[in-house]
Amino acid sequence: MFKKKYAALVAVMLVVGMLLSACGSKDSGNSGNKDGKDDNFTVAMVTDTGGVDDKSFNQSAWEGLKAFGKKNDMKVGKDVKYLQSTSQADYAPNLNQLIHQNYDLVYGIGYLMESDVKKAAEQNPDAQLAIVDSVVTDDNKKPMKNVASITFKEQQGSFLVGVVAGMTTKSKKIGFIGGIKSELIKKFESGFKAGVKTVNPDAKIFVQYAGDFNAPDKGQAIAATMYGKGADIIYHSAGATGNGVFTEAKTRKKNGENVWVIGVDRDQYEQGLPEDVTLTSMVKRVDNAVTEVSKETQQGKFPGGKVLEFGLKDNGVGITTNKDHMEHVSADELKKVEEYKNKIINGEIKAPKTDKEYDAYLSSLK
Amino acid sequence: MDIMHILEIVIPTAILTATPLIFTALGGVFSERSGVVNIGLEGLMIIGAFIAAIMTTIFEGWGLGGASPWLAILVAAIASAVFSLLHALASITFRAEQVVSGVAINFLALGLSVFLVKLMFNGKGQTPYIKHRIDKTNIPFLHDIPVIGPLFFSHVTYTSYIAIIIAFIVWYIIYKTPFGLRLRSVGEHPAAADTLGINVSRMRYIGVMLSGAFAGIGGAVYLVTISSNFSGTTISGQGYLALAAMIFGKWNPIGAMGAALFFGLAQSLSITGEQVPLLKDIPDVYLLIAPYVLTILALTGFVGRADAPKASGIPYIKGKR
Repeated sequence: MFKKKYAALVAVMLVVGMLLSACGSKDSGNSGNKDGKDDNFTVAMVTDTGGVDDKSFNQSAWEGLKAFGKKNDMKVGKDVKYLQSTSQADYAPNLNQLIHQNYDLVYGIGYLMESDVKKAAEQNPDAQLAIVDSVVTDDNKKPMKNVASITFKEQQGSFLVGVVAGMTTKSKKIGFIGGIKSELIKKFESGFKAGVKTVNPDAKIFVQYAGDFNAPDKGQAIAATMYGKGADIIYHSAGATGNGVFTEAKTRKKNGENVWVIGVDRDQYEQGLPEDVTLTSMVKRVDNAVTEVSKETQQGKFPGGKVLEFGLKDNGVGITTNKDHMEHVSADELKKVEEYKNKIINGEIKAPKTDKEYDAYLSSLK
Repeated sequence: MDIMHILEIVIPTAILTATPLIFTALGGVFSERSGVVNIGLEGLMIIGAFIAAIMTTIFEGWGLGGASPWLAILVAAIASAVFSLLHALASITFRAEQVVSGVAINFLALGLSVFLVKLMFNGKGQTPYIKHRIDKTNIPFLHDIPVIGPLFFSHVTYTSYIAIIIAFIVWYIIYKTPFGLRLRSVGEHPAAADTLGINVSRMRYIGVMLSGAFAGIGGAVYLVTISSNFSGTTISGQGYLALAAMIFGKWNPIGAMGAALFFGLAQSLSITGEQVPLLKDIPDVYLLIAPYVLTILALTGFVGRADAPKASGIPYIKGKR
C-alpha cells in the first residue's frame, strides 16, 4: 500500500520536473508548421546552452533574425523562430525538428554545435544550414555544400579595445581572461595583446583561461588575482565566467580602486552598473551577419559551402558605438582607435589571430 | 610576487569560494544526522539562489538598499526549507528511496526555477543583475593586524565569518544539546530512540527542513557574493561538492567546514598558481585539474574510513524489527 503510494509520488515529481524543464526549452510556443506557400521564406535558429537571452551571441543572433523578420513582414514565432537548447543533447533534435518543419534556412549558433550541424547536413542534403563561429567541413576537410559557415575577425575588434586599454592603463598592467583555451578565444587574446603592445610597448599583460564558460566563481578568483597583482584593466572573453570578473571589479571600485573591465560580444555597459566599471566593449555583430546571410538566402543566393568572415570592414566586429557608454574613453583615444581601425581596414595592420602570428607581429613592432 | 603577496590573494579567495559550500554542507549534516540522505542539496541551493535573485530585486524596488541581499538570504532560507518538505514528505512519511527523491528535487528545482524566471521576465532565461551585492570588504580594526590582518581580514565578505561561526554553533547544537542528541539518535538507531519516546518522524522532518534552510542560504550567498544574477547554470555542481565536503568531513560540522575550506583553497591555488612565478611553467591543464586530484587523494588516502550515521538512508517503520 505504502510502497505504491510513494512510487506514485516519486513518479509524479519526476514527471513534473521533466515537464517543467521541457517548458524551459520550448518557450517560443508555436509548433510553427510552414504554411504551404513556397515563396514564403522562413528562417529559424537553434541556440546553444547559453539560451536566447545570454546577453551574448545567441541573443544577438536572435535580435538579427527578429529584425530581418520584421523588415520582411514575417511572423515572429512562426516564420522566424528559435529553439532553445538546455543541454548539448538538445542540439541534434532541435536542428532536425526545424529541418523537418521545412524551414528554408536553419542556423546553429555557436561552435559547440559544429558536429551536430555536420550530421544534420549529411542526413538532409537538401536542407540549407548555417553555423555561427565555426566552419563545418566534410570528411575531406572541405566546407560542406549545404552549410554556410559564419565566422568573425574577432582579432580586429579585440585589437581596437586593446588600443583603448593600452592608452588608458595607469599601472601599465593589463589582464585577459579567456573561457576555454581554443582557436576561437585565441583570436581575442592575440588581437587584444597586439593592440595593447602597439600603443604601449612596455605594458605587461597577464593572460589566464578559466577552463570554463560557466564558472563565475573562477572568473572572480582570476580577476582578484590579476587586480591584486596591479592590473587596472581586464578584458574578458569568457561568457558567464565573466560575470565574476564584473563582480570583482565592482567590489574593488566601491572600495576606491580605479579598475576597469572591457566587455565582450555585446555592449556590456549595463552589466558594469551601478559602479560603472565597463571601460568599453568589443562588439561582435552576430545580428548583422545573420541578417546578411538571411537576406542572401532569401534572394536565392544561399552562400552554402562558403566560409564567410565578417570583420571591421563589414561591420561584423567593432567597438561600442553608443556615445553615452563611451564617457570613459577620451577623445584622444577615440581618434587613435579610428586611426587604427582605418589601418586595419586598408590592410596596413594585420591583427594577429594566433600565438605565432602574435609573436611575428610583436617582433615587427621593434 | 613574494609568498606573502601570494597568500594575500589565495586565502581570501579560498574563503570566499568555500562560504556557500560551508552553509550547504552544514545543511547536509543536519539531514544525514537525522537519518535522511539528501542528494537534493543541489536543487535546494538552486531554489535558494533563485529566490535570492528575485527577492533582492524586489527589496531594492522597495528602497531597502544595502539591506536587500541580507533579507533576501533569509527569505531564501525559508523558501528552501519549505521546498525541502517535498523531500521530507517523500522520504519520511512515504518512505520513498531517498536518493531517488533527492534526484527528483534536483530536477524539479532546476525546471521550476528556470520556468518561473521565464514567466516573470518575459521569456528571458536569466534574471537582471542585482544592484546591491554583499561585497568583499576589510574588517574594521582587525585588518590592521600585521600578517594575520591582510590574510584573513581583508577582501572578505561578512558572510564568510558568519558561515564559520555557524559551523561551530551547529557543532555545539549537535553534540552538546538534548536536541542534538535526539537528532543523532534517530539517525543511528531510530527504534531505540522511539522506545525512549522520541518522535522519529518529527526529528527527521526537522533535520530535512534545516538542511533545506542551510542549502538555501548557501545558494543565496553564492548569488549575492559571486554571480549576481540567476540562470539555469548559476548553480552547477556546488551542491554535490558540498555533499562531498560533508562526507569528507565525516558528518561532523567542523569537519565539513574544514573540507569546504580545503576545496576552496585547492581551487584558488589552481587559479592563482598560473600567476605565481614558480608554478607558471606547469601546463595549465594540471593546475585546472589539481583541485579534483587533490580531493580524490584526500578522500582515498588521508581521511580514513568515513562512517555514515547507521540509519542514514533507511526509512523508519514503527514496530518493524
